This record gives sequence, structure tokens and C-alpha cells, in this order.
Amino acid sequence: MTGIYLAGAFLISGLLFFNRNRMLKHLIIIAFVLLQIGFTVYEYLHINTTELTYFTADSMAVLLLLTLCVISMPAFYHSYVYLGTKQDNPKHTAIYFAAMVALLTSISAAYLSNHIAVTWIFVELTTLSASALIYHRRNNRSLEGTWKYVFVCAVSITLVFIGILFLSFSLPKAGTDALSFGNLIKKASELNVFWLRLAFIFIFTGFTAKLGLVPMYTAGIDAKDKAPSPAGALLSSVLMNVGFIGIFRTYTVAANSPIHQWANHVIIIAALLSIFVATVYMTKVKNIKRMFAYSGIEHAGIIMLGLAAGGVGYYAAVLHIILHAFIKSSLFFQQGQIYRIYQSKSIYDVGNYFKYNVTGSVVMLLAFFFATAMPPSGLFISEFMIFRSLFEANYLWILIVVMVLLTIIIWAFGKNIFKLLFTPAVDFREDSIEKINPFESVSQFILLGLVVYLGLNPPQEFVTLIQEAVKNLPH
Amino acid sequence: MANVLLITFTISLLYLGIAHRLLTYIKILAFQGVLLFGIAFIELIEINVVNLTFVLLETIVIKAIAIPLFVNYVMKRNRITRDAEPFLPNFVSLIIITLIIITTFLLSNSISDTRISKIYFVVALSTLFTGLYIIVTRSKIITHIMGYLVIENGVFILSLALGNEMPMLVNLGILLDIFASVFLLGIFVNRIGDVLKDVDVDQLKNLKD
Repeated sequence: MTGIYLAGAFLISGLLFFNRNRMLKHLIIIAFVLLQIGFTVYEYLHINTTELTYFTADSMAVLLLLTLCVISMPAFYHSYVYLGTKQDNPKHTAIYFAAMVALLTSISAAYLSNHIAVTWIFVELTTLSASALIYHRRNNRSLEGTWKYVFVCAVSITLVFIGILFLSFSLPKAGTDALSFGNLIKKASELNVFWLRLAFIFIFTGFTAKLGLVPMYTAGIDAKDKAPSPAGALLSSVLMNVGFIGIFRTYTVAANSPIHQWANHVIIIAALLSIFVATVYMTKVKNIKRMFAYSGIEHAGIIMLGLAAGGVGYYAAVLHIILHAFIKSSLFFQQGQIYRIYQSKSIYDVGNYFKYNVTGSVVMLLAFFFATAMPPSGLFISEFMIFRSLFEANYLWILIVVMVLLTIIIWAFGKNIFKLLFTPAVDFREDSIEKINPFESVSQFILLGLVVYLGLNPPQEFVTLIQEAVKNLPH
Repeated sequence: MANVLLITFTISLLYLGIAHRLLTYIKILAFQGVLLFGIAFIELIEINVVNLTFVLLETIVIKAIAIPLFVNYVMKRNRITRDAEPFLPNFVSLIIITLIIITTFLLSNSISDTRISKIYFVVALSTLFTGLYIIVTRSKIITHIMGYLVIENGVFILSLALGNEMPMLVNLGILLDIFASVFLLGIFVNRIGDVLKDVDVDQLKNLKD
């Protein structure tokens, strides 16, 4: 099935690239969505089976694949809305959809791969397809965003490759299948510690470009800002999960080896710095989309803290990354509508959103409460569990620092969101604004509803999947 | 013999630090491509013939001929001035690159692995950091790409260290090489030159908070 999916999806991407017929385009995209759903269901039913040697649908992959499947449908819908308002030329539309299909496909393949080199190849492909999405508007600034993204990702992907080379040095005996994650976990205690440390540092640093952590987070911010908002939603949810799965799988190897404690310290330093950087920029940033992107960095930091703290933190980290993807994508989808009313992303030009679009304002208000982890958000549960695990692992001072920083983030986030919702905008001409159909916010309500449901009352299958996903980590 | 080539490669890094003109950078890149061809030939002679031919063709055709020509074409097309415009004087660059080499040399003393020969580690890491240094201290976008190409060369050397046991990793490195350099240069030749008239990183400072 993986072979059929990959071949079919890349074929669809190619067809979309060359096709200029509108009707055919709709049909092809519907076919891709059906293929994606079918593939996800198939992998869920055939959990832990290996296909084409390099693709294993373990619980972690299936969880993230389900997340991707849920988010991809509204992403296509909002892309239609976005492109409909812009009257783009057919060639640019074709490239946009082809790149989006290629991005989703390579992300799915990166989730499923059980071999670090295969993960690496597909992460490289995500850079390629994401850059086409970022460049969609074709002006000076989107060119700058694309260039920075491509360059930083090229350097990071090189760092990951160096890490893979060091990992191969650390093996006692080399072979082609020796670098599969399963084999590495099995042999973890025999690996050479010196090379393993270098490998972990390099692979971790490389994947931070995708996940959005210090030190390589910078390009991701520009990319999420410059990409059209449906694409930005994908970049800040499912693409972040690719970085997470890369780090998670490498960390699982490190956690089973003698360097477990050292790896925890590396992760904690990166996570603390990320939360700190996010705090500093959140209080300062004036561009709404960039603010959402920095909020993503904060959450990535919290997730890494959960991973490093261990215990119940493992479970909470996985729960957090899934729920965060739903919330962040709905924020970005809604941002597209805000831009259509105000024609600006600056916090100075927006305001009094309740007057112009009540449904959208309710989404913004709810999503703000959810993103800052206030009940009934599912993030409240996962963040609470992460804090508990930090407390149990005797990281009390880190916990205090993080809590202070999070309070500042809530204040900064709230200040901007309430300005958007309630304070009237200066010099804003109301006569020519576009009327937004309330139906366009339905997908955001569904995503936010999922966050409450999965957080407060998770179905048993979901809990089992997460517990299976973290079973290889030492308890 | 491989050691002689590797040491020559390291010396070419020092030359890169003091080079003034962009044309010199291109020549050094081509020369490094030839050196890599030699190293790969000596090191990988035992792997199967098809794979060996592929690796050798890649080093000589792409690294030593195609990429330097392509960079030269990009420079001519975008009318980039010939000076490298470093932020720091060349003398300082020379000292810093020397320090990089010495540091990696000292670092390699902590390796207690008999299987990996240390010289690969030293040369690869110093090439990597020299490439990063060049990216940081030169102001043109095209020199950033050249710095990236230097990093790629370092990665290639590192992948040769265990190339006999895992030829797959050498091939992956080549994949990275082709993908990244063609892609980066491709964007450059098609877009940046058309949109931005004077190609300088100062033009890319609009996105910030």
C-alpha cells in the first residue's frame, strides 16, 4: 500500500503541475484526499507492518498520519478560498497545488520511514516542496523568505547528514540495514559513546530547523509568515511534526544508550532557550502571523521539556504535539480571513474584529484560550502533565523559570489578540470590506472541538496508540 | 597518497581564507573537486565498479567542472562584481582558519577508535567550520553559496572515511550535493538576479521583528 500511495501521490502531484483544466484539477485533488484517507485508514488497520523494507507504520507514525489527514482536508478547502479571492494565474495555482500534494506526501513518508537515511531523504523533499509554497506570492519579500528558508534548511539537512555519518561510525559493525531505528535501539548499549554524542548533537541541531527550536528556528518564522495562510498552517503543524519525529526517533536511540542523561541536558538547554526566545519576541512582535509562529516555538520547547523529563512527560509530549498541530493550524486558517478584511498583518492596522466577523472572532478568542493552554483546552492537560513530570524529575528551578516565561507569553499573546478583537482600528475604512461567509470557520470549530475531545475525554484507542508510541523509551 | 591529497585539501582552505577575487574562489572549488576525485579513487577502489564509476564521475564532472562553470555563469549573468568583500581583513581570516584547524586537530586526540582514521575527521571538520566561517564573514549571496559548497566537500570527505563499509552513505552525500547545489544555484539564477539588481545580503534584511 505504501508503494501505491507514494507512486499515486507523486503522479497526482505531477498531473496537477501540468494540468490547466479547472474541472480536472478539482477531480485530481479530491482523488488525492481520498487516497490520503484510504492510506491512513489502511496503515491504522495494519499497524506495525513493514512495507518496501523501509516503511513501518508504528504507533507514532500512525498518530501523526491521522493528524496530517485531519488537517490536510481544511488546508485544501482554505487554499481554494484563498486562491479564489486572488484571481491568480493558472500556472501559479497549478504549482501551488502540486507543491502542496508533494509536501503532504513527503511528510507522510517521513513519518513512516524506519531508517534514518530514508527519513533524511524525505525531509529534504519537504524543503523542496515547501519552498514552492512560500514563494507563491512572487514578490521581493516572499523571495527573501524562500531564500532564507532554503538556505537554512540546506545547512541543517547537511548537519543531519553529518550526524548520520557519525552514527555510522558509532556502530561496532557496519552494514546496510544497520542504520534502521529498530536495529539502532537494539544495539544502543554497544554504540561508541564519543561518536554517538557527536551524532546526537548534529542530528538534533539539524532537525530543529523543521521543529522550530533554538538554534535553527529563524528561517521557519519567515517561511510561516510569507507563505499563504493555508500553507502556513501546514508548515506550522504537520511539518513541525516531521522535525519532532526525527528528534524523537534519534532520542529513543540515545535514551537506550549510556548517554541518556547527557542527551536530556542538551534537550533541556535547547528547550529553555527556545521558550526564552519565544517570550522575548512575543512581547515585541507586531505581525500577527509571526506571533503565531513564535507561539509554535514556545510549544516546541515545552514538548522537548516533556521528552527530557521522562515518566508521564513522554505521554504528554506526544499528546501535546498532536493537539498543538490542530490549534495552530486553525489559527492560521482564521488568519487568512482576517487578512481579507484588513489587508494587513500588522497589529496596528487591525481591530474591532467582532464588528466585522462574529464567527471568526469567536474562533480567534477560543483559539487564543486553547493555544495558551487554558481549560477546557486539551493542551491544559498535556502541559499540566509535563509540569508534573518536571517536578517529579527534580527539575524544580527549570519549572519555575518556564512558568514565569509562559505567564509573560500569555500576557503578550492576549494583549495582541484583544487589540484585534475589541479595540477599534485607527484609520480603517469600513465601506469596502469583504463579507466573509461564516461557513468558512466551520473547519476551525471542528479542529478546536477535537482538541477538547482528545484532551479531556480521549478514546481508549488513542491512549493505547500514544502508550505504544513511547514504549521504547526507558521508564 | 590519500594523506597527501587530504593535506593539500586543508592547505586550499587557508588559500580560500585570503583569496580576494570571486574567480579565485571558483578555481579553488574546482581544484578541491579534483582532489576529492583522487581521494575517492584511492579510498573506494574496493567497492563495486558501477558504484565507483558513479562516485568518480560525480566528483570530476559535477564538483570539478559543472558547478564551477555554473557559478561562473551565474556571476556573469547577474553582473556580480569580482571582489569577495569580506567583513574582516584577510589576515584575521587566515588566523581564524588556522585556529579552526588546530582546534579540530586537538579535538581528534580524544578519539579512541582505531577503525576511523583521524585525518578524515580533522580535514572534514575543519572544512565544515571554514565553510561556515566563509558564510558568516562574506557579504555577497554568491559567496554564501560557495561557503555551502565548501561544507558539502567536507561532508563528502567525512562520508569517505567509512566509504568501504557503507557505500550507501557516500551515494546519499552525492544526492545531497546535487540536490542542494543545483537547487540553491537554480533559485539564484532564475529569481534573485531578476528581482534584486545588486546582489548583496543587505537586500535581504526586510523580514525581521
